Amino acid sequence: MEEVYLDNSATTKVKDKVIETMMKPMKEVYGNPSSLHSMGIEAEKLLKKARRKVAKAIRADAEEIIFTSGGTEANNLAIKGTINTLQRYGNHLITTKIEHSSTLHPLQDLEKEGWEVTFLDVDEKGILDLEQLAEVISEDTILVSIMQVNNEVGSIQPIKEVEKIVQDYQDSGLYLHIDAVQALDKLEINLSNSSIDLLSMSGHKIHGPKGSGALYIADGTRLKSLITGGGQEFGYRAGTENVAGYVGFGEAVKLATTEVEADVEQMQKLKEELAAGIKDGLEGVQINGPEVTAGVPHILNVSFQGVKGEVLVHALEAENIYVSTGSACSSKDSKSHVLAAMGLEQKAMEGAIRFSLSSFTSKEEISYTVEKLKEIVPRLRQITG
Amino acid sequence: MEPIYLDNASTTPTAPEVLAAMKPYFTDTFGNASSVHAFGRESKEAVEEAREKVADLIGADEPREIIFTSGGTEADNLAIKGIAMQNREQGKHIITSAIEHHAVLHPCEYLEEYHGFEVTSIPVDEEGLVNPLDVAEAVRDDTVLISIMLANNEVGTIQPIAEIGKIAQQKGICFHTDAVQAVGSIPVDVNELNVDLLSLSGHKFNAPKGIGALYIRKGTRIVPFMHGGAQERGKRASTENVPSIVGMGKAAEIVKNELKEKQEKLTRLRDKLIEGIEERIDEVQLNGHRNKRLPNNVNISIRYIEGESLLLNLDLKGIAASSGSACTSGSLDPSHVLLAMGISHEIAHGSLRLTLGKYNTEAEVEHVLDVLPKIVEKLRAMSPIYNQKEA
Repeated sequence: MEEVYLDNSATTKVKDKVIETMMKPMKEVYGNPSSLHSMGIEAEKLLKKARRKVAKAIRADAEEIIFTSGGTEANNLAIKGTINTLQRYGNHLITTKIEHSSTLHPLQDLEKEGWEVTFLDVDEKGILDLEQLAEVISEDTILVSIMQVNNEVGSIQPIKEVEKIVQDYQDSGLYLHIDAVQALDKLEINLSNSSIDLLSMSGHKIHGPKGSGALYIADGTRLKSLITGGGQEFGYRAGTENVAGYVGFGEAVKLATTEVEADVEQMQKLKEELAAGIKDGLEGVQINGPEVTAGVPHILNVSFQGVKGEVLVHALEAENIYVSTGSACSSKDSKSHVLAAMGLEQKAMEGAIRFSLSSFTSKEEISYTVEKLKEIVPRLRQITG
Repeated sequence: MEPIYLDNASTTPTAPEVLAAMKPYFTDTFGNASSVHAFGRESKEAVEEAREKVADLIGADEPREIIFTSGGTEADNLAIKGIAMQNREQGKHIITSAIEHHAVLHPCEYLEEYHGFEVTSIPVDEEGLVNPLDVAEAVRDDTVLISIMLANNEVGTIQPIAEIGKIAQQKGICFHTDAVQAVGSIPVDVNELNVDLLSLSGHKFNAPKGIGALYIRKGTRIVPFMHGGAQERGKRASTENVPSIVGMGKAAEIVKNELKEKQEKLTRLRDKLIEGIEERIDEVQLNGHRNKRLPNNVNISIRYIEGESLLLNLDLKGIAASSGSACTSGSLDPSHVLLAMGISHEIAHGSLRLTLGKYNTEAEVEHVLDVLPKIVEKLRAMSPIYNQKEA
């Protein structure tokens, strides 16, 4: 079998149509969008078009889209930018225990600097505690930062309910930031009537190029920029615009959100087949996170008892199947902070594997993966047992 | 005639060889360089190979001294804020020059406003040169960073960085240079220049936009400002932009091999442009130093005309030029660089920057020398001040 790539939460293959759109700014319209001559003006037009595509997909205005070098920068900008503008309104920040490291690390640093940070608990399915949120939020809270979809287990947070709780405090200086990096092409995002002030996106998770992303900044939101210099991106983000990258990102967003329904259905079906195949074919397995029928359509996290995750990753790789134990960004850490927060036992955490699908994933690949797991897992158990 | 692109200091076209090198990393080897499986390992290897090439281009001792960023602006921001924050216990004084790029100036202002730093701005002479003695004199006990650009983006003046670096070394102060305009145009060697940090940008030497690097000399401690994953040895979180990193590596390799030839060719074309303009148009003034100047930079003030109308007219004739930095071209204020050089508002407004690149030809230069005097003549004919003077 050809390579079976089931690590699409780490990164995805760029779609051909996306690459096609990137060629124009690379080859012909290579001007600097800030230049006043035709070559610059044409580049600026391409950039505007890309901005509109992203805005349209999430029902925002084009002026509310700030392109960045990726999801990490978007999260950093949202958090640190807020700190610098809202600090006179309070000293308290709220997030969850299962955020991506690009949210957790800035917040942990701020905690060391004297900010008060609440890391909300999650239940065994990876869903945050709304009651706790309602309890800890106060007039002193200036930022609530929640990921819409968890990158390791695929749990979907109740953003609407979060909005309801947060709304009452927004007048006293509070921004709601949503990390939508894993949600963008899987769930509908509609910001036209929402309380969300900031929303992070990333290109390479949705078949766009690496090095591209965006932060939605709702009109009227005041944010101090992270990278300063020229006045690009409405003054929020200096640096010559990565025109080709942003054009590719715009196209990827457009493709993802127009094809979303069919793709999502197919991924969901395949994910359910994978889960069923594993549960029927093997003993001592447990699905981590949401029910297979809930959660996002592309992430399945499974613990194989008596097997070490890393060992299984390598054994699967020998069969041309590519998966991961968790987030690529922390793939060197042995322990997942997400699974720990969900209360998994040490043994279950050690044997956890993340399968993440894309619209390129086929039925044959899933059956092949199930077959190989049925061979490999008992073999590994024998060796270690 | 095909359009003539003479704005290579703003950005350059991506070289076809560079694009070809990047392509497999979009669709075949598309893994996340942090992933432990083969897709990830192949991406990681490509990143490390590119790192070696970039290190090689600037004479870094070790590839690990290269940190990839999203561009020159991010590299400058990381250098300035990172070194300042790292050493804020030792002191809060920074030395920079009056003609830096905004990617250096604005982070300095940020540190002044939010973190209580003091910034000394070293003046330049009428040719845009910083005097190393001025830098030495500005050093205080609490100075923690000196940042002076290697070559200016508007007038192309090349600073005596090696000398300033020696001063910084003797005093034990971290020294950063913004080499965004210099890398790919002139030989750059971090050891000869005595620098601890050096910023470079891919799209200024035919790599794609959205990729750059910061050289950080081994042993130099720095506070990162993008936090998250442990990429780039913990100095810059975010999934590596593998195709663009590969592209930058390829561009570095190409430019290293052709640098001598490119430098000679551009110098010849530059001098032909300067001399040609001086010959054919009266009342012009070359801005910047005549010899200590980037081989690709021409910056000339043409009296009695507005730079903006000149640019528009050139554009109508298919010639892409600029009046100064692209990053501030939306602004009506005259260039802070020209003003710092003591050039009057009036002359500064009539400045024209023509910057050459590897694809420009002798024929293009000749065409510009043919077209430009005619446009100037037409514009001056409409200028009351010029007519008064003639009369």
